Amino acid sequence: MRRFALIAVPYAWLLALFLVPFLIVFKISLSDIALAIPPYTPTVKDGFSALIQGLDFENFVFLTTDDLYYKAYLSSLQIALISTLLTLFVGYPIAYAMARAPQEWRATLMMLVILPFWTSFLIRVYAWIGILSNEGFLNQFLLWTGMISDPLTILNTNTAVYIGIVYTYLPFMILPIYAALERMDDSLIEAAEDLGCSRLTAFWLVTIPLSRNGIIAGCFLVFIPALGEFVIPSLLGGSGTLMIGKVLFEEFFNNRDWPVASAVAVILLLILIIPIVLFQRNQQKQAEAEA
Amino acid sequence: MKRLSTFNITSLTLGFAFLYLPMLLLIIYSFNASRLVTVWAGFSTQWYGELLRDEAFLSAAWVTIKVAVMSSTVATILGTMAAYVLVNAGKFFGRTLFSGMIYAPLVMPEVITGLSLLLLFIGLGLDRGILTIVLAHTTFSMCFVSVVVSSRLVSFDRSLEEAALDLGCNRFEAFRLVTLPIIAPAVISGWLLAFTLSLDDLVIASFVSGPSSTTLPIKIWSSVRLGVTPEINALSTLMIAIVTIGVIAASLISKRSAVRAQQDAQTAERTA
Amino acid sequence: MSTPVFAPWNDPNETPLIRFKGVTKRFGDFTAIDDLTQDIYAKEFFALLGPSGCGKTTMMRMLAGFETVTKGRIELAGQDIAAVPPNQRAVNMMFQSYALFPHLSVYENIAFGLRRDKLPKDKIDARVAEMLKLTRLEKFARRKPHQISGGQRQRVALARSLAKGPKLLLLDEPLGALDKKLRQETQFELMDIQETTGTTFVIVTHDQEEAMTVASRVAVMDEGRIIQVATPDGIYETPNSVYVADFIGDVNIISGTAKANGKDQYFVDWGVNQAPILAHSERPFSEGQECHLAIRPEKISITKEKPEEAENAVQGKVLDIAYLGNLSTYHVELPGGQIIKAQTANTRRLSRRGITWEDPVWIRWNATAGVLLEH
Repeated sequence: MRRFALIAVPYAWLLALFLVPFLIVFKISLSDIALAIPPYTPTVKDGFSALIQGLDFENFVFLTTDDLYYKAYLSSLQIALISTLLTLFVGYPIAYAMARAPQEWRATLMMLVILPFWTSFLIRVYAWIGILSNEGFLNQFLLWTGMISDPLTILNTNTAVYIGIVYTYLPFMILPIYAALERMDDSLIEAAEDLGCSRLTAFWLVTIPLSRNGIIAGCFLVFIPALGEFVIPSLLGGSGTLMIGKVLFEEFFNNRDWPVASAVAVILLLILIIPIVLFQRNQQKQAEAEA
Repeated sequence: MKRLSTFNITSLTLGFAFLYLPMLLLIIYSFNASRLVTVWAGFSTQWYGELLRDEAFLSAAWVTIKVAVMSSTVATILGTMAAYVLVNAGKFFGRTLFSGMIYAPLVMPEVITGLSLLLLFIGLGLDRGILTIVLAHTTFSMCFVSVVVSSRLVSFDRSLEEAALDLGCNRFEAFRLVTLPIIAPAVISGWLLAFTLSLDDLVIASFVSGPSSTTLPIKIWSSVRLGVTPEINALSTLMIAIVTIGVIAASLISKRSAVRAQQDAQTAERTA
Repeated sequence: MSTPVFAPWNDPNETPLIRFKGVTKRFGDFTAIDDLTQDIYAKEFFALLGPSGCGKTTMMRMLAGFETVTKGRIELAGQDIAAVPPNQRAVNMMFQSYALFPHLSVYENIAFGLRRDKLPKDKIDARVAEMLKLTRLEKFARRKPHQISGGQRQRVALARSLAKGPKLLLLDEPLGALDKKLRQETQFELMDIQETTGTTFVIVTHDQEEAMTVASRVAVMDEGRIIQVATPDGIYETPNSVYVADFIGDVNIISGTAKANGKDQYFVDWGVNQAPILAHSERPFSEGQECHLAIRPEKISITKEKPEEAENAVQGKVLDIAYLGNLSTYHVELPGGQIIKAQTANTRRLSRRGITWEDPVWIRWNATAGVLLEH
């Protein structure tokens, strides 16, 4: 009986506040827009059969006719992909250096990587506005050094979005790679050198393959949230920055088109399922390899 | 005896400069006398004064803290239960669905979670306010709590609980007197994580909050969209300071207890 | 006609393969290797033996190229190797942890070094097959390191380091991770492989039994210096110091002062009211010089009755008996309080062991049974 209660309470909570809302999104994505509150039809009040009959794929068809949407999906994928790779290039050397640092530094370095994660995401993104704007710190610095004669336009472009994503998600990339590299036995590198590798080939043939699981995990941990990102493109991106999270938000709040917003959400979820499943598999494989 | 190469020192320096310089600039310019946020015009604390006189910010901060305390507490209870179920309950009907629902919110885009919860609350005819935000935050942060707690429970020695049962505890007493004290650090960090997530959340709160329940991130968001302001710099500095002190204090406490445990072990060795 | 004994170190015409010349290695303030000079000859199986921290691993890592020399030079086949990076040395190393690449199969691990040399594929295949055969691993070529046993992993590591046909193979505690029985079997395997391939082996170990079994010469090290280099029996029977005598096997040390008694004979005064001990020594001692007699337990015999015509005989009391199956060790307390270990072989299965605890007994040994040492 107690076991039943133990299972039932969190189970019921998640069913009511996670699964049911989803089904509602799915249902509304198949409904029509209406000038009412709530602004869609049919609703439960119309009776069950009317509820079923009133549903169609019109909104999904609409998404394919207006090129705003598929462009937004494609551009989200592109931005997420590019910024994931950038995060990898920035994060790997840091993780590598952390793993090579003396033992007594490592806990402190770890804390320094995690600390920004505890501070407000919004503030960390906001900090970049002052740096990247036309009269911001970066331009002031570059003008002062004489590297440029006119201020660069970075804020409100995709470049600013890349910088924002790399900055905010960097800890997610560093930590799994660091974990993989830290476990690695130093003598493996020595063995590779002993057998005729140069430093660089040893890195390529031994270090990279052995940190592969960390790289994959880190990439997914950045790619998945970056794909649905809303705050960064809204604050740092420009009007030309199309990201699906932003489109959904605007569709919902500015256009009040709930059915289309729901359809956008359903498709975003379908796109996300692939990387999520791949990520789960990678984690499982890693867990099995360690066992 | 290991020393870092120049390359490694360079990447650490650049990496941490990249991570901390933006926040450092924010902090420095919160003490700027000028309203122009990128031009230094002398030291001043006037923006802190203005911030503390701003009723809207103060009430938003109060709402945020109330929401965070309530949601993280409920989330910790539910999340710990869920973790216990995941690790110890064995097979039951719908287990796959259950673990799926625990892990899915971790990777769910916030816009989708926010949208779906809003649609639910409207469907139920629930007025949007503090209650709806608490419900929403509890739902996604309980999943984070259960991941943190279950990773500790996996390494928990079940024979301790069995020993408690053997010595006459019922299951609940065994949990309360043996399991809970041992997994307490994980439960506490789960609570802190839930608390931070709630403090931090903008997107979900934007969907499910009402006009009377503006949280601090929503308030910041509406002023930030208009550009950089020194009041927000001051607010950011305060928030960064609180978090930094909290994290450093937590790590010092855990370090001290680790050192003490080591000393105790040594003393025991010596006196044995 | 007897086969010539392998002893290139006694042949003045041999040129050594490796020469350490006044090598010093410091890590900050710590001196790991202190002005060390030593030759190692081709086809030797040379063991570096000593407690942890004695510098043996540092010596090996300098040969492999992972540590630089602070002062002095190391020559390999007549050439200073200081400037040669590890990946270009004709030296390979078998690591203590084996350092097998976990993402590569047994085959790929063994082929790793050959591929670096850009050998044609058929040559690599042939060489790997040869190595697999040598180490009896043919059946496991496709497995990953975590899918084979500890003993097999050890053989993969050996095969991988031998595949490139190095002039010199370094083995860092190669058998440390194996259990005792497997270790003993593998010792003989190592010797066979060393003989078949004719490679020079330098092994680092802290296990004296292992060093004695496999090596042609053993170097006993302490605090960055080599204390003695000799063949295993030389190390055991004629140690040059109390440290070496004590490090290798079991030994009794009796300290006293020397008094000459004819050619190569000395009396050792070792206790008040005790007859001096007669000891043979080719090493000269001056009158009244402090000296230590090192004598192995198996060279001391034990009887209940007073022996007649013994060169040295002392009476004592049995304190402890350790029955080891093949041997029995008696701890005998002498009147001065010193405890001497005496060992007898249990050559008969059923015999009455006449000596028991608290029995008064006599122990005796010959003048040539022990070694007289200065320090």
